[in-house]
Amino acid sequence: MSDNNNNSSGLLGWIDARFPLTKMFEEHLSKYYAPKNFNFWYFFGSLALLVLVIQIVTGIFLTMHYKPDGAQAFISVEYIMRDVDWGWLLRYLHSTGASAFFIVVYLHMFRALIYGSYQKPRELIWLFGMFIFLALMAEAFMGYLLPWGQMSYWGAQVIISLFGAIPVVGDDLTLWIRGDFVVSDATLNRFFALHVVAVPIVLLMLVVMHIIALHEVGSNNPDGVEIKKNKDANGIPLDGIPFHPYYSVKDLVGVVVFLILFSVVVFFMPEMGGYFLEHANFVPADQFKTPEHIAPVWYFTPFYAILRAVPDKLLGVIAMFSAIIVLFLLPWIDRGKVKSVRYRSTAFKLLLVMLVVSFLGLGYLGALAPNPTRTMFAQIFSAGYFGFFLGLWWISKNEATRPVPERVR
Amino acid sequence: MRNVLLIIAGLLLPGLCFGAGGGVTYPDDKIQIDWNDKAAMQRGARTFVNYCMGCHSAGYSRYNRVGADLGIPDELVQSELIFTTNAAGERTKVGELMKSNMTAQYGEKAFGIVPPDLSLVARSRGVNWLYNYMRGFYLDETREGIGVNNGVFANVGMPHVLAELQGLQIPKYASKPDGHGGEHEVIVGFDIIKPGSMSKSDYDKTIHDLVAFLDYVAEPYKQTRKNVGTGVIIFLLVFLVLAYMLKKEYWKDVH
Repeated sequence: MSDNNNNSSGLLGWIDARFPLTKMFEEHLSKYYAPKNFNFWYFFGSLALLVLVIQIVTGIFLTMHYKPDGAQAFISVEYIMRDVDWGWLLRYLHSTGASAFFIVVYLHMFRALIYGSYQKPRELIWLFGMFIFLALMAEAFMGYLLPWGQMSYWGAQVIISLFGAIPVVGDDLTLWIRGDFVVSDATLNRFFALHVVAVPIVLLMLVVMHIIALHEVGSNNPDGVEIKKNKDANGIPLDGIPFHPYYSVKDLVGVVVFLILFSVVVFFMPEMGGYFLEHANFVPADQFKTPEHIAPVWYFTPFYAILRAVPDKLLGVIAMFSAIIVLFLLPWIDRGKVKSVRYRSTAFKLLLVMLVVSFLGLGYLGALAPNPTRTMFAQIFSAGYFGFFLGLWWISKNEATRPVPERVR
Repeated sequence: MRNVLLIIAGLLLPGLCFGAGGGVTYPDDKIQIDWNDKAAMQRGARTFVNYCMGCHSAGYSRYNRVGADLGIPDELVQSELIFTTNAAGERTKVGELMKSNMTAQYGEKAFGIVPPDLSLVARSRGVNWLYNYMRGFYLDETREGIGVNNGVFANVGMPHVLAELQGLQIPKYASKPDGHGGEHEVIVGFDIIKPGSMSKSDYDKTIHDLVAFLDYVAEPYKQTRKNVGTGVIIFLLVFLVLAYMLKKEYWKDVH
């Protein structure tokens, strides 16, 4: 019956002869062997995918009612909140989803950090992931302008003006980004185009490449052991289990737990005390009235704090961008051979603690108005942030690691 | 790992303490809004259309939506809550937005600033701020034209619209340390020098009801959102049990 290599028949056989449906399903799900010892930290990859879907679906419906027009944007958001059936739910899912995306992605990146998932042979997975992070920041930044509230407007004004610190081309560059001398209708229109069309396309493409690269080399695990080194007679890793059904049912549990926490925010605290939806953003954008205190949304505050910690504007901008660029270089900064924190040195663990404290500290300080004490702490935490990478490069050359087991535990 | 998390938590705790206090304002009371008390919101709506809508809009909100949510029939809304007119001079219809008849140009000329739309003021300022602000007007001869100032919002352009209800009051000052080694004069109370038509407690209640209405109008679906949320979370909790059992069943043969 079948005229394809999958021994499928009927409609599936007809498709398989023309499109690798069964082949792809097997390669990426039912015969993709993942290590059997994934723990809590391994939920965040699939959760990031879930949030991406939530953002795209709610985003499509919001686009049906939103008006990217300086005179109507704010009104149209309130129209969605009041007059569109279930519009409030669409809007809160989307606004909470933005913050959830960053929480999930930060935890996903931290997982890679503690288990060495960026190390050889997974450098490209890490790089694709970093480009996803970059695209996500662009997507969030441009999306935040769209409600056209005071914080949307002035946040964009401040961030775009940072590009003005670049010598020679700075002023022309900011003019080119805004399409006007101040953030205006022109800026709103182009940010809308980029937010709903351009960046999502790039983001989806990068996610596909991230997953293809992952499935090519296989997943790392909390022990940092390559499961492909130990295979049975059929070439199946001894410590591997098919992603589907084992991890699809396990991730389902993670998905439901995530959705419960997500629902608590969406339905009971959508403003999250002014961190997910800032109070000043309930006032329409006014280019003649600067808010008392301008702070970016919480997921940008660590980088914003680094910017402010440096007294010189240009050097501050350089420091801020370096904080992101240095992450790209991580696979080459870490010269160690042992992947997992479980078998790495105490020095590595201390560096990790320093990074986490610095990053959270910077995030906290970046949300507050600066004063001398806070700036001093921001400088200490900035040093701690960059110190992690410097220290990692230093200690990983001849690191006193513990023996790594042959098989996963 | 758990130890590492504990260390991180311990290191972060001191960080939480270095947020400094803001400026000193008076009054500084807190209120609770009861979303089940529709009568309070109805009274607040009446105060709003009678005293506020001369200058301020609640322009994202529709009259009949307010009526439906607060349990006021359309005919009553039309006769008791709508005092505005459209461009042709006809009375505003119940399905229309709650826009003030004052033009932006007039507002700018009269007050130096266009009176802001109040649809979302409870979300941008908060209910406590509103409650204190509306009770914080005091006589100040130096303020030309309006003759009052405000203990919560210094030098605000708004006159004391509710003076006929509250009466007129003057501030009592006291010296307080300013936190930098010096002292500064702050308002610690008010004395009513010319009583209004309401007692202090009645006036406070009127403002409470007005703020309850503003809280409602800032997010009309707040109650719906919580009700839906409760159902969603109960569903998810049941789903969680099933998903966990499914996982356990599949993973029985993994060692």
